[in-house]
Amino acid sequence: MTGRSTKRAVVAALFTAGLFCTARVANAERLVASLTNHRVLITSSYAGEELVLFGSVEREASSVPRRGPYDIVATISGPRVSLRTRRKSRVLGIWVNTAARTFVDPPSYLAVLTSRPLDDIADAESQRRLQLGIANTRFPEKINNDIGEVSNDPFRTALIRLMRARGLYTEQSNAATFLTPTLFRAGIPLPAQVPVGSYDVDIKLFADGNMIARTEQAFEIVKVGFEQFVVDASREHSVLYGCATAMMAIATGWIASVTFRRE
Amino acid sequence: MQIYLPIADLPVNVFLVLAMGVAVGFISGMFGVGGGFLMTPLLIFIGVQPAVAVASVSTHVAASSCSGAIAYWRRKSLDSTLALTLLAGGVVGTGCGVALFTLLRALDQLDLVIGLSYVTLLSVVGLMMIGESVRAIGRSRRGERAELRRPGSHAWFHGLPFKLRFKRSKVYVSAIPVLVIGFIIGFIGAIMGIGGGFLLVPMLIYLVRVPTATVIGTSMVLTFITMLSATVLHAVTNHLVDAVLALILMIGGVIGAQFGAHAGQRIRGEWLRLLLGLLVLSVGLRFAVELVLQPDDLYSIRYTDGAP
Repeated sequence: MTGRSTKRAVVAALFTAGLFCTARVANAERLVASLTNHRVLITSSYAGEELVLFGSVEREASSVPRRGPYDIVATISGPRVSLRTRRKSRVLGIWVNTAARTFVDPPSYLAVLTSRPLDDIADAESQRRLQLGIANTRFPEKINNDIGEVSNDPFRTALIRLMRARGLYTEQSNAATFLTPTLFRAGIPLPAQVPVGSYDVDIKLFADGNMIARTEQAFEIVKVGFEQFVVDASREHSVLYGCATAMMAIATGWIASVTFRRE
Repeated sequence: MQIYLPIADLPVNVFLVLAMGVAVGFISGMFGVGGGFLMTPLLIFIGVQPAVAVASVSTHVAASSCSGAIAYWRRKSLDSTLALTLLAGGVVGTGCGVALFTLLRALDQLDLVIGLSYVTLLSVVGLMMIGESVRAIGRSRRGERAELRRPGSHAWFHGLPFKLRFKRSKVYVSAIPVLVIGFIIGFIGAIMGIGGGFLLVPMLIYLVRVPTATVIGTSMVLTFITMLSATVLHAVTNHLVDAVLALILMIGGVIGAQFGAHAGQRIRGEWLRLLLGLLVLSVGLRFAVELVLQPDDLYSIRYTDGAP
């Protein structure tokens, strides 16, 4: 009994020491990053835009230089939504939705921007552990009042495929580029139908297959001016908004009948 | 010129939407229908969410039927008693339709029911219109006179109680069939997002035997009131009415309707009905093809919390 607990204590001590070592290695580099803009404004002329993430790797002068190049994996995730994926099958000659799955809080926008293909940056195990790439991102589903993850689920594959087709999910292995060995930039593509809300940017620095530094940024996409006014009015003063729209219809109809009156 | 639609969350080309408004307005002016059955599928096609499309089209139809109703009211060719009776049935029908709409949406079967009802309704109405107008064209070719109203012919429902006298239409029928027609129009309108003018006009002509002189004006008034209340209802319950989209559509719509009405006067009635029948049938067939052919993608996604 006591022997086992001693062994446990030794293991714990070794583990802590190991952690300390990796922490020291991680401290050799510092990752500094920022975005060109922390507020993307949706105005009446908004038709999508590109936000630029840039940053640099700061290395301690005393540390040993690394052999391999640095790699960047930037994961941008948009506000969480609730989604249902439905599958059609043929019933009596017509195509009907016969099966569906509800996904709990998947990101409404997900972009994974890397400096090289993910497989060249880290091995499969680290990719899974660090949730690198869309394939390794968790998409929990609602299964009979329970929440869990289903591996090789065709509904999950379909969700990713459909979101990719809309430009809301994207994975680009050449989007992050190093301008100098330590200075990098990455263009975050924001399509026209991008949802409003707050976005998280998670930037990980890799070297020789290991994550050595990590930093986070955030930005928000907001509607401004007239667009925001219309949305606020429709949400908060919906009766007034409805009546105003109805009056607009009457006015347009009346003006037209007066303008085009021929008698 | 791109403009961002605040509720639909989508940038669109103003001129494209305006052109769609003009085109649908032309057709609605020409045939005296609201045009919702054309506009809703068109908006869905350019990427507007179906729910926003249905809600915003109701505003557009309210505007175009408003100017139509005013024109008919000036010519005194609308029957307000008939319109009010239809409306009473219509309100109940709309309520039931909205309830079913919500239920079907929760069951993931809304698209199917919308598709099936478009197919059956548009194909049947389209075929009936084509058949009737072809017979009418044949008759006029042979030099026969158009069928006159036969005051003696009565269907079974003409014997029902609660008879009402609709003075302007010069008909004396039971209120029950009129209320039922109103109910059907309101019910279908809520589910399919259409005003139902193309259904109401033939129903009033063939079933209640309302003369053509008052039928279109009356139908316009009914469409106007139901679509106006639909606008307010959609805005209050689902916050789905996009005022910017509706405004562009209605501006295009009222302009198109004027030219359409002008063009409609130059075409003989039976040819007009044939054209409308073909149009209605082709929209119905398009929906049929969608249901029968294997879709490109068996999967689809839906945001369950409304936004974005």
